[in-house]
Amino acid sequence: MRYAEASYSGEGALKRQPPIANSVLGMILFIMTELMFFAALVSAFLIIKSSVEAWPPEGQPRLPVFVTAINSVFLLSSAVTLFLANRSFRQDAYGDPTLKLLKATLYLGILFVAIQGFEWARLISYGLTMTSSQYGAFFYLIIGTHALHAIGAIIGLVWLYRLMKERRLKQQTFSAGQIFWYFVVGLWPILYVLVYLT
Amino acid sequence: MAEVATADVAHDDHHHEHEESFWSKYVFSTDHKIIGFQYMFTGIAMALIGGYFAYVFRMQLAFPGSSVPFFGLVSPAAYNSLVTNHGTIMIFWVAMPVLIAAMGNFLIPLMIGCDDMVFPRVNRLSYQIFLLSAIVLIASFFVPGGGFGGAWTAYPPLSAMAKYNATPFGAPMWLIAVTLEIVAFLLGGINFITTVMNARAKGMRMYDIPIVIWMIVIASMLFMASVGPLVAGAVMLLFDQTLGTTFFDASAGGDPVLWQHLFWFFGHPEVYVVLLPAMGIVAEVMCTFARKKLFAYKMILYATIGLGILSFFVWAHHQFISGVDPRAAYLFTTTTLLISIPVAIMLFAYIATLYGGSIQFTTAMLFALSFLAEFLIGGVTGIWLGSSGVDIYLHDTYFVLAHFHYTFFPIAIIGTYTAIYYWFPKMFGRKMNETWGKIHFWGTIISFNCIFIPLFVLGAAGQHRRIYNYQHFPDLAGADMQDMRVFATISLVVMLLFQIPFIINFIVSLKYGEKADKNPWKANTLEWVAPSPPPHGNFPDGFPEVYRGPYEFAHPDREDDYWPQNEPGNQKPKT
Repeated sequence: MRYAEASYSGEGALKRQPPIANSVLGMILFIMTELMFFAALVSAFLIIKSSVEAWPPEGQPRLPVFVTAINSVFLLSSAVTLFLANRSFRQDAYGDPTLKLLKATLYLGILFVAIQGFEWARLISYGLTMTSSQYGAFFYLIIGTHALHAIGAIIGLVWLYRLMKERRLKQQTFSAGQIFWYFVVGLWPILYVLVYLT
Repeated sequence: MAEVATADVAHDDHHHEHEESFWSKYVFSTDHKIIGFQYMFTGIAMALIGGYFAYVFRMQLAFPGSSVPFFGLVSPAAYNSLVTNHGTIMIFWVAMPVLIAAMGNFLIPLMIGCDDMVFPRVNRLSYQIFLLSAIVLIASFFVPGGGFGGAWTAYPPLSAMAKYNATPFGAPMWLIAVTLEIVAFLLGGINFITTVMNARAKGMRMYDIPIVIWMIVIASMLFMASVGPLVAGAVMLLFDQTLGTTFFDASAGGDPVLWQHLFWFFGHPEVYVVLLPAMGIVAEVMCTFARKKLFAYKMILYATIGLGILSFFVWAHHQFISGVDPRAAYLFTTTTLLISIPVAIMLFAYIATLYGGSIQFTTAMLFALSFLAEFLIGGVTGIWLGSSGVDIYLHDTYFVLAHFHYTFFPIAIIGTYTAIYYWFPKMFGRKMNETWGKIHFWGTIISFNCIFIPLFVLGAAGQHRRIYNYQHFPDLAGADMQDMRVFATISLVVMLLFQIPFIINFIVSLKYGEKADKNPWKANTLEWVAPSPPPHGNFPDGFPEVYRGPYEFAHPDREDDYWPQNEPGNQKPKT
């Protein structure tokens, strides 16, 4: 981008604007890799699941379907607040509404991870662990990987929030962070249906 | 990441010459050229380790039970560890860092006419993670039990259980090292693709990009699209090894073949990830030294894209005897045979590039030509192995081993030498010695063929891979077979000795080589516009503007037989 701006602006000719900004393109490529990563986890899960007779296996605790459904609503609504935050950022940049919306997104994300952690603690106390069965192993593997991504996304959002407070946040950085957050949110319903419901 | 971009060029130049210390200039640099050199020298150092391992286990096979000079007696466990780590190092720590990371880092900004990668700090992080991965791998040789001994493909249950592979610490460390290495290349790949898409010189359109840059970009895309499953598998295998899960344990509801699918879904595109940059390097060198335009540039590009897509549908040809359904095996045979078509298109286009050219037999050109010849042998034997019926007999024999060494050696070793002899003047401002280069070339190529042609014969005779001592197998212990093993081993030692002239030539040329000007080979691409060696920021006289494709040699309207991309001509500029 700098090459485009620095090298051509002096000539009075048009600046070359890449169709997709650097940070956004880099993030899209990263998410492509991440999608393949999750696809592999899910396909491994489906292969193992299809080869056993009883799923979930006898004697293993059942997953908290209802609480997690409510928790999903929190996560999904965080995508809406982030969308509104970006719209507000485009309109009045570092204004108060942008900060508030970003903060709301952050709290919703933290709430999601906290409730998930609470449910995990209960499941472990009921005897569902990585080694108790394939069921438990895949649950913690897939949902745990998603949780790690959610925590990473929260850290990213905190970083964006700090940049915004210091009035240094660029639109393309915001968009890249937003894309990652959408990835974490958009993945969740698929994993919920696959792991919790079927 | 936008604010991460380097400061403006004039400012950097100012600081560069006077104030930067050794550490900030060569160790913690964000300059793409320095990072490229870091990758290259780390890769060469790892190649020496991998070559040493090959020497030790070949000596054991030729003279079983005798003490190997510079190593000692080879135990069965040490043999397994040496074979495993030879494969791992040569693919993950030599072919990938040198061909993609080093050449990509060095060439991409220079050839597309910009000053650095778009994410320079991510680039530096990429190398640091890579170095960490190499350190973890080397450290794993010294833990109790030694380095991982479950073969570089790490099939469970052998790789999952310490009681089988006998390397309780080496195995997890090997997995961690591979995963770190993959993260490093992921960061590099994001950088490469974004840079080529967004930071090209003014006037450089898609079809004006040199073919080697296209190949590196497509290879990066293949890598990024295929690597997720391997990381997923590696995490699961690591849990199997350390936490006691049973993802790949058939006795507890797991599936060992699942690992093979996850591994080869990455593993086969990986072959093309390293092949494509080497093909691109060879194309650049051949055009320059045949003084001809690259034949069918667009056809090569489309064939490469087709090759990339097809490479995701061939992985199960590594598993024909792993219990894959015969109907699926038939499908994978078909896709495997199909994939030879784009490769054949590329090779024919290269040969057509040579046709009628005025060829200069420089060392780089000799290496490029030998790449075609040797890779062709690897490709043709691959057609037999890709057919499931033949593969059932040849699977896991030395025929397979010789086949993939005939592909990987041209890619990783010949491709690297081509690049080094060709771009050395640009990298360091001096030329390498041609006479010693040719001695190195002939010594390497002849001894390479002497190693692996006997192994084809042995493999067809039924010699199985991964066996510590053939004297225990009456069918394989005949004197004629042993003679061939000894011959291959002696050839290997000769080949390793012929690398000494290269190393000496490299070091001496750094200091005393003939000085090179900006464009010693009279080539067209943009890296030859920059001074040799290029300073920080690459183009001190202003960024070049591109008017034509990269291979305009012997144009009838011109006196010179070459026409650099940045030189305005009598034709209307394209943009």
